[in-house]
Amino acid sequence: MSGSLARPTTPADPPEQDERLLHRSTLRRLLGRPELGAVVGAVAVFVFFSVVADSFLQLSSLSTVLYASSTIGIMAVPVALLMIGGEFDLSTGVAVTTSALVSSMFSYQMTANVWVGVGVSLLTSLAIGFFNGVVLVRMGLPSFIITLATFLMLTGMNLGFTKLISGKVSTKTIGDMEGFESARKVFASQHTIGDVNIKVTIVWWLALVALATWILLRTRAGNWVFAAGGNAHAARAVGVPVARTKIALYMGTGFGAWMLGQHLLFSFDTVQSGEGVGNELLYIIAAVIGGCLMTGGYGSAIGAAVGALIFGMTNKGIVYAQWDADWFKYFLGAMLLLATLLNAWVRKRAEASK
Amino acid sequence: MSEREQQPQGPDEGAPANPAPRPASTGASAATGAEAPLVELSDVSKYYGNVKALEGVSLEVRAGEISCVLGDNGAGKSTLIKIISGLHQHDAGTFRIDVQTARLGSPREALDRGIATVYQDLAVVPLMPVWRNFFLGSEPTKGRGPLRRLDTATMRETTRTELRRMGIDLRDVDQPIGTISGGERQCVAIARAVYFGAKVLVLDEPTAALGVKQSGVVLKYVAAARDAGLGVVLITHNPHHAYLVGDRFVLLKRGAMAGSHAKAEITLDELTRQMAGGSELEELSHELARASTPTPRPGRPTAE
Ligand SMILES: Nc1ncnc2c1ncn2[C@@H]1O[C@H](COP(=O)(O)OP(=O)(O)OP(=O)(O)O)[C@@H](O)[C@H]1O
Ligand SMILES: [Mg+2]
Repeated sequence: MSGSLARPTTPADPPEQDERLLHRSTLRRLLGRPELGAVVGAVAVFVFFSVVADSFLQLSSLSTVLYASSTIGIMAVPVALLMIGGEFDLSTGVAVTTSALVSSMFSYQMTANVWVGVGVSLLTSLAIGFFNGVVLVRMGLPSFIITLATFLMLTGMNLGFTKLISGKVSTKTIGDMEGFESARKVFASQHTIGDVNIKVTIVWWLALVALATWILLRTRAGNWVFAAGGNAHAARAVGVPVARTKIALYMGTGFGAWMLGQHLLFSFDTVQSGEGVGNELLYIIAAVIGGCLMTGGYGSAIGAAVGALIFGMTNKGIVYAQWDADWFKYFLGAMLLLATLLNAWVRKRAEASK
Repeated sequence: MSEREQQPQGPDEGAPANPAPRPASTGASAATGAEAPLVELSDVSKYYGNVKALEGVSLEVRAGEISCVLGDNGAGKSTLIKIISGLHQHDAGTFRIDVQTARLGSPREALDRGIATVYQDLAVVPLMPVWRNFFLGSEPTKGRGPLRRLDTATMRETTRTELRRMGIDLRDVDQPIGTISGGERQCVAIARAVYFGAKVLVLDEPTAALGVKQSGVVLKYVAAARDAGLGVVLITHNPHHAYLVGDRFVLLKRGAMAGSHAKAEITLDELTRQMAGGSELEELSHELARASTPTPRPGRPTAE
């Protein structure tokens, strides 16, 4: 062993070429962003529908697209965080319905102010997330199995309890109850800015993205999320509270489900108890399109938001292009495949360019 | 989460980037002979159900010294260090840290008592940047309340300077740690332990997957950590590596102690011989000599 402690990899550049190094690493950092693939995809989808659908570029269409995106995006963000933390949640779609049902029925049955129902619903949603998280951490079973079980149980309970309590498959209207108007303002209002209608969910969505990005990149908890998903053993060995982090992530999806559930309730007064089945996959798809790695440890909230935006543009773009809505699923599948391939390629390049 | 104050206790003289043969003057290492060991295991046993993984093993770790644990696969080396690092608890015998008897419930507890472990394969989170890995689990923050946030500038800068101090000049601390070489990864893990003020550094086969040159680099950092006054436990299969840096050697065989020697008492040849099983090795060489004309395995039809 000579005295040379230089990097064992061939030091191609002499030290004085720091500028070039800096430059290259900035480029690589950009390439290494998890959301890059999603952004490229979103631009492509946007250009595509701008060309094939005349009305796609109108401001009113834009707000419709953003609204559709926000109803997926509000859940896609916490689902993305969970995925970065290395876990899945298949119960999110029906958990949204559960949240709306609990809020509606509690308010109606107890003839209390709707805000009481909203609060009870929040606790219930967080409790469902807590349950998923604790069972996962305690049993060490794959989250796929655990949340599949929760999904089935919630689906059954949604239908069963609703029939038992209101005798029908939907809840009674709570539109005339105390607090309904103020709750509607918070969860389902819209504001007109110029000619554009902005639904409040869009604001909620963007706020969630900002909050999630802050947590992920700028807090200790965010560091633990990446570590828990990237290598749970290593994380535990250096003192990261992996179990607590995962439970908190499940409670995060509970929070998202609560928010979206309240939006549905206060937009329509009533809730269909069978709704929500299948939506969990849309949230996961948005997160994956947004660059979240299925195996955990990699991804971003912004990416998931862009994934949701692609979803909204495709969903509404097909309508504006006056195609059969059945094509939507095809597009979604194609997007998923392309985005995943692109993400994999980008990541490989980013990691290979040492 | 216990908020450990980020009080970097880097090596006071700065670990020399190029640690020469240990300077006997480094306060800590010279005076330790009489001092009590930092960690002491005596007659420790560990059972996995009915598997005896360890039986009556003793080991002591002193400041400024490297204690090597040698043994074959399955000898119980990893089990031994898992007790020290808080992943497992011993079933019999005594485990002392700073003279007090101890029983560690979690890796966090071990860390809080100054014992840092570098595991062979679970030391890092590959997709995370080097600087995030460096501070994982002990991230410094600034600001208060909801604005409390990672001090990313300090984290990046500290990572860079600490690594440079150990002689690793990474081009970019933002690259995923999975993309740097295995030896560099071990060194990052060691630098992290030293930076966070570990008193005892436990290394599980840090050179097992490395080439000759990279092993040398890692061994230098191990020596640098020792010179900084840490007590080191080095686990290895390789008696040559052990003899290069070790001060005392504990040999394990099938969970039991097969020997315990100070460096002065044993030569490299003797160590190698004992490790390979002494007389067993001689027997093996006879067997190999005899078996130079391959005999077909019984019970299996030979080709052709
Ligand atoms: N969790 C466990 N449950 C049951 N038996 C175990 C467990 N961990 C280890 N063992 C057994 O204990 C013995 C010692 O294992 P250990 O991992 O400590 O060996 P080692 O010396 O580190 O080997 P290697 O050089 O291959 O790493 C082995 O026989 C192993 O099969
Ligand atoms: Mg081992």
